[in-house]
Amino acid sequence: MFPIPIQKRPLINRISYKILVPVSLFIWLIPLLGIMLTSIRGLGDITAGNYWGMPSEFLLFSNIKEVFQNTPMLTYIINSFKITIPTVIGAVAISCMTGFALASYKFKANLFIFFTFIAGNFVPFQILMIPVRDLTFQMGLYDTVTGLVLFHVAFQTGFCTLFMRNFIKALPNELFEAARIDGTSEFNIFLKIVVPLTRPAIAALSVLIFTFIWNDFFWATVLIQGQHAMPITAGLKSLNGQWVTVYHLLSAGSIMAAVPPVIMFFLMQKHFIAGLTLGASKG
Amino acid sequence: MVSYTTPFLTVPNSTQFTYRKSSWWKRNQQRLTPWIFLFPGLLLFLVYVIWPIFNSLYISLLQWDGLSPAIFVGISNYVELLDDEYFYISLMNNLKWLILFMLAVPIGLGLAIFLNQTIFGIRLIKSLFFFPFVISQVVIGIIFSWFYNPRGVIGPFLDKIGLGNYAILADENFATYGIIFAGIYPQIAYCMILYLTGLNNLNTDQIEAGRMDGAKGLSLFKNIILPQLKPATFLAIVVTVIGSLRSFDMVAIMTQGGPYGSSNVLAYYMFETALSEYGYRMGYGSAIAAVLFTIMMFYILFFIYRMYQGEKKGL
Repeated sequence: MFPIPIQKRPLINRISYKILVPVSLFIWLIPLLGIMLTSIRGLGDITAGNYWGMPSEFLLFSNIKEVFQNTPMLTYIINSFKITIPTVIGAVAISCMTGFALASYKFKANLFIFFTFIAGNFVPFQILMIPVRDLTFQMGLYDTVTGLVLFHVAFQTGFCTLFMRNFIKALPNELFEAARIDGTSEFNIFLKIVVPLTRPAIAALSVLIFTFIWNDFFWATVLIQGQHAMPITAGLKSLNGQWVTVYHLLSAGSIMAAVPPVIMFFLMQKHFIAGLTLGASKG
Repeated sequence: MVSYTTPFLTVPNSTQFTYRKSSWWKRNQQRLTPWIFLFPGLLLFLVYVIWPIFNSLYISLLQWDGLSPAIFVGISNYVELLDDEYFYISLMNNLKWLILFMLAVPIGLGLAIFLNQTIFGIRLIKSLFFFPFVISQVVIGIIFSWFYNPRGVIGPFLDKIGLGNYAILADENFATYGIIFAGIYPQIAYCMILYLTGLNNLNTDQIEAGRMDGAKGLSLFKNIILPQLKPATFLAIVVTVIGSLRSFDMVAIMTQGGPYGSSNVLAYYMFETALSEYGYRMGYGSAIAAVLFTIMMFYILFFIYRMYQGEKKGL
């Protein structure tokens, strides 16, 4: 155990540690507490410059209501789900297959393909921007949810393949061999052995990709123009421009954008962290 | 973990033996299956990621507004870059991002060590520390813009200590640092979680042995802990470098590169030249992207090299 467990330290250290932890947590979260506090304020507080004192009124719900009534926020949220969920399903399904192919078959191009997926996953978005936008235009998918999803699935396949391949590689190979001897076809090996065993990896990837895609801003800006397909990140950005003086509404909107990934994180915390670390921990 | 040892599995060449008398498909199944499984993923990846890279490199040799016919201009876009003041400002800002972002690694390590205890509620506390990483950068950017607002937090604070109220994001000299500070906030959380996992997987025997030998404090940390945290450090550095070069969202939200381009970075400058009211200069934008890509490629190759070494050991 490093550092030495606090329980083994002198009393004075134990007490100061127990004070220090919540204090530092409070300081760490000040930005987030600030926005929460602001989201419950009324216009009165904002114009009076009361940003940090106690809110004079508790208006969180009426602020949220106002956001929903006066802005396309509901559409943005629905769009975010419409973009995120199919991407998660698509990327995870596809990378189960690629991961399996790269983990359990030996063929010449194997490592080359694997490293291509990894390298592609790290490239700056800007080098893809113009051709991807053109391609989406040509397919008639510019400014549609489908166009954005298709790109997201393709791009996330890189990271997901790295992850799934390493996970499947760590499974005991004897399992596949035994099934082959029993005459099981390769497809059934995939469906009946690999998929059930990779369930934890699938869960980890799903939460992770959900968060990545929900929070994506760049591609939403490049491939989407209108409100009908815009996700909440890009929506917030446009509200940010219009609402310079109504911070309480902007804060309420920001909170709405933050809630789904936060819930996802708390529900699936273990998987989320496993995903962030295990995926490339072989490096 | 269950161990799956079944003695009869060690028969050599068992596959050939089973498949000898079967159809063409059965005989070639082993060889063809990986390609069938790879097909959808590989196709999408080639179309949407690999081909666009080369296409962008080609476009960087064109003069093109995206609509009218493109003109091949050779390397003149790159030559123009050499004289572009805003390009240098952006490049310098990228460098500032890169250097300052690196602070996230030791700070994350420090936080991880600080929190690696078992007291009541520590799990929740760790999750709350991790919070900023889960939230969209757009939201973080909005929060910090408001922080920096003269009527927000920093301004009144500076006013109070007698430095005068101040709009950080409107100041050419400070805007970039303001954005970097906001950007580093979630990055610290990310590094912290990587190190927390690393600390969790430490080899207890080695630490105890070190302590027996009288290693304490800094020397224990330097000689025994840090070497064991190497995989976490490696990963933290890689994700931090890439995060710093992908600094688009924060800039777009907080300053859009202003004032007067002083907080621009290559990622945003590229977007601005190629796709905004400042014009549709696809070729010039692609040249900027190509520079960014080249910088990133060093790190990517380094990462791949490390992974390749690992694979060779594993085989």
